[in-house]
Amino acid sequence: MSGRGRWDWLQRVPMAVWMTAVWVLLWGHLTVANVLTGVLVSVLLLWVFPMPRVGFEGRVSLIGVVLLTGRLLVDVVRASVSVAIRALRWRQTPHGAVIRVPLRSESDLFLTLTAELTTLVPGSFVVEAHRFTGTLYLHVLDVTRPGALERARHDVFEQERRVMYAFATDADIEAAGFEPRPWRLRSRGGRTRTRMTRERSSYERGKVLPRDGEDES
Amino acid sequence: MNAMMIAASVCLIAGCLLTLVAAIGVARFPDMLARMHAATKPQVLGLMLLMAGLAFGLGSSQLTWKLVLVVVFQLLTAPVAAHMVGRAGYRTGKVRSDLLVRDELTEDLERARLRKES
Repeated sequence: MSGRGRWDWLQRVPMAVWMTAVWVLLWGHLTVANVLTGVLVSVLLLWVFPMPRVGFEGRVSLIGVVLLTGRLLVDVVRASVSVAIRALRWRQTPHGAVIRVPLRSESDLFLTLTAELTTLVPGSFVVEAHRFTGTLYLHVLDVTRPGALERARHDVFEQERRVMYAFATDADIEAAGFEPRPWRLRSRGGRTRTRMTRERSSYERGKVLPRDGEDES
Repeated sequence: MNAMMIAASVCLIAGCLLTLVAAIGVARFPDMLARMHAATKPQVLGLMLLMAGLAFGLGSSQLTWKLVLVVVFQLLTAPVAAHMVGRAGYRTGKVRSDLLVRDELTEDLERARLRKES
């Protein structure tokens, strides 16, 4: 096997581990036989259906992940309650809006994560995501209150900041224009460094307007 | 009745109520985009509570892991499903634009189309 091929396989190891974990959880017993068949099945699947590499160049921060998850749980509850109240308020029809939010980071991974999490938090869900400009188009459920649009935009930036604090390198955070992690100066936690290929460089990201029939999102 | 059963009952009832509210929202909201809000948010929390209730009630660790898996997949797939439905509906004109206060996606699509033609 050439060096490049071996590197390709090394990058799939996290996926194989995740698939094996799901396999074992579905069987319900942690036995040697289960783990072995799980590894076998996941290697087979990765070989038959090779997935495109996402490209992850980041630095996992434990504090960032905890903050992100904690905030997500609170937000899911808040979102559910607010949508439930809107659903039960019979006389009012919600008036929504579709807004454009250009994200600050350049990575596909952070775009995807921010889009996923934005759908779960109050008030918004992603209608369209445009990869080359890094732009999300959100539907906001109710914008009758003044300042609701600005707040929705602000919420997305906050979400992106939390995602980047959890997974991005300090250099990427700086390039995106966010302040560095506030706890960085004191703590050394989560020093895991992972380097992988970056699929998309910044010169590809000229501002292109979304077009009909273009399948880049 | 011990504490576990009480916790299980509370979680199950709350989860059922939220799922009911999600169904009411889907039926009541005026257009597709608003309906997707009801289909993603209270529904996801409802399912999380139902699974938590089951975990408390059954008290078996093997099953708990499977229930956690259900919740993880729901959190991963619900936003993607909502996005796909919303995007497809948007592009095929199933959106009631009279209910939208502002629509920047249509503006951008329009502008891109004009630029393509010129």
